[in-house]
Amino acid sequence: MAYADVREYTHLTDDEVDAIGAELDQIRAEIEASRGQADRDYILRIITLQRRLAAAGRITLFASFFPPAWLLGTALLGSAKILENMELGHNAMHGQWDWMNDPEIHSSNWEWDTTQPAEQWKHSHNYIHHQFTNVLGHDNDVGYGILRMSRDQKWHPVNLGQPIYNALLALFFEYGVALHDLDIEAIRKGEKDPKLLIKQLRQIRGKVGRQALKDYVMYPALTGPFFLSTLTANFTANIIRNVWTHGIIFCGHFPDGAVHFTEEELEDETRAEWYLRQMLGSANFEGGKLLHVMSGQLGYQIEHHLFPDLPSNRYAQISVKVKDICQRYDIPYTTGPLYRQYGQTLRTILKLSLPNRRTTDNPAPESARKRRRLEDSERPVRRSELGKWSGAASV
Amino acid sequence: MTAPLIERSAALRRLRQLGKAMTTPLSPHDYLALINPLWSQRELRGRIDQVVPETERAATLVIRPGWGWSFDHAPGQYIGIGVEMDGRFHWRSYSLSSVPLVEGKTVSITVKAMPEGFLSDHLVNGLAPGTIVRLAAPQGDFIVPDPPPAKMLMLVGGSGITPIMSILRTLERRGTLPDVVLAYSALHEADMMFHDELRELAERTDSLHFVPRFTEDEGMLTADRLVEVSPDWQEREAWACGPGPMLDAFSAHYEAHGLLDHLHVERFTLAKADGTASGGTVTFGVGGPSVEVDGATTLLEAGEKAGVNMLFGCRMGICHTCDAPLASGTVRDLRSGAEHGEPNEYIQTCVSVAAGDCTLTL
Ligand code: FES
Repeated sequence: MAYADVREYTHLTDDEVDAIGAELDQIRAEIEASRGQADRDYILRIITLQRRLAAAGRITLFASFFPPAWLLGTALLGSAKILENMELGHNAMHGQWDWMNDPEIHSSNWEWDTTQPAEQWKHSHNYIHHQFTNVLGHDNDVGYGILRMSRDQKWHPVNLGQPIYNALLALFFEYGVALHDLDIEAIRKGEKDPKLLIKQLRQIRGKVGRQALKDYVMYPALTGPFFLSTLTANFTANIIRNVWTHGIIFCGHFPDGAVHFTEEELEDETRAEWYLRQMLGSANFEGGKLLHVMSGQLGYQIEHHLFPDLPSNRYAQISVKVKDICQRYDIPYTTGPLYRQYGQTLRTILKLSLPNRRTTDNPAPESARKRRRLEDSERPVRRSELGKWSGAASV
Repeated sequence: MTAPLIERSAALRRLRQLGKAMTTPLSPHDYLALINPLWSQRELRGRIDQVVPETERAATLVIRPGWGWSFDHAPGQYIGIGVEMDGRFHWRSYSLSSVPLVEGKTVSITVKAMPEGFLSDHLVNGLAPGTIVRLAAPQGDFIVPDPPPAKMLMLVGGSGITPIMSILRTLERRGTLPDVVLAYSALHEADMMFHDELRELAERTDSLHFVPRFTEDEGMLTADRLVEVSPDWQEREAWACGPGPMLDAFSAHYEAHGLLDHLHVERFTLAKADGTASGGTVTFGVGGPSVEVDGATTLLEAGEKAGVNMLFGCRMGICHTCDAPLASGTVRDLRSGAEHGEPNEYIQTCVSVAAGDCTLTL
């Protein structure tokens, strides 16, 4: 069940909602004021580590004909790509390191090692997903336009194939992400500006081309007679990265307990209500330091969604305070071990491949309110079109 | 301008393209910079070679630029220097005091510690040789034509001497130093940068007439007394650099005599907001449109009001679509109340208001 009103759902008074907002603003201010040398050292360490891993992987693969070297090189390269996409790319492009005033680690010019152009990601993810988190019909991250992830999304026989689509999406996740900002739904409805579409397709073609040239032509060619084994190693490294990022990202909003919202919630939503929606719509997972680094600290998805542009190495510290707020105000704070969160996500994907009447449980029993699902024609204009971002402005 | 070697050779260019294809989306420099930070070509960098004290509160920083630097700046121009302090880069502009090309491997800037300027203080007292700094290429049009006019007047206050120093040294080195009157004011002798060098230069050459003035005893050189320093000031092409009020006074004086065309002025002290200011004049792009705003209107709204094509996404400080670099002035973040006033700092226009006059780079 998707919710139309965050306040109603949480049973908080208006004053309480505002107080929570003020507490969260306070946390932001404290972290902002305390950013300094240690944080810079952290990100520089990760950058150095990532580049060394990448270089070591590429070099090892010169011996890719030798199976242990193939394995080691692939593992090194795969980890380098994971680290680059998660802890570096995702977080840098959110502006988490902009405060350093360092042009080399800045959201305005970071480009990441995957097929989606950074500029498009900053729109589809940083803006659309983070502003409209879990609002059905607005947040394209709900099922990535491929999967039915909420009971409020209409079932269609095509959904029967969900487990297969999901497996394919996991394997080729970077390509799914690359197409994300095209907004397939808008194209289907004929609402997409064709000029923008062409511009975006060109950008994607350029980026995919450069990535493929590097991994599937240049490096294999460099290793000469071992062209094929290097190519398979690079391909495998990309797949490893894809499966991993897909898993981590799906754990952010789809475990049991993370709720969805309807567009009514967006009407006159205050900043405090936005905060609440982020907390209720996101889910964390638990694990050791290494796991958190390799997932770009997205095990602290709740904290990330509250403060997408605060440095990722601070989320652990922020989480203590956020958990405390949740306890005091009796708001759910969804977390659990990674395997459980991932398991619940997979279960939802399987379950929702069937129509609602075929499944029994209701993930939100506390809501008795039944709503009629809005028809497309009844929906308000998509909010995403209100924004004016560089991609749209420069066509 | 001679292009860097790598631009000139077709073979090197191809090699670079190949390297880029192999390191995409990074560039080869990102890896090379791990070995030597000066090998970055993403942006200009330099290494501090020497810190030479000039006075008690001023020092010359001799910087060895890394790849991509061309040494043929025009004397009188300034560079940007970005120095890291507590994890954050702070950018300032300083005039080059070195002579173009001749020294070949280094450039120098001369920095005076300002009473409230924590960065200038850090530069004068805190930079160890070997420190890596970021650089922005020389710019500015406070320059002297080549060949220079036959008669020149230089009006200098305090640290305004640095671009003048570069100009004088260059002219002397080229053997084209014309008839120059240099009126240079500082608090007292110990506070006067390059005092000895200027005296020597004046003794060595007939054409430099050096008029030092120590304002602690003699007071400021006011515009109406200019004639005492240089009776023929009206016949001279003038270059003035120093504190704002001084420049204002001389500009007014020249204007009153209909000679404003003959005065070249360089300003480099930015007025900093006092911490309580709210609202002000916001300018969009240097020389762009500007609007008066109060302390509650966000810069994004102000821009829209001024008819500027502002970029935005969420309008609530999440997505950073609205980020724009601050050229000058101070802004306040509505969420935290924190002030941001670093030149070149990116600010979120949707949640920032003006704290005094400010200019955005768009
Ligand atoms: S418009 Fe999104 S941060 Fe300003």
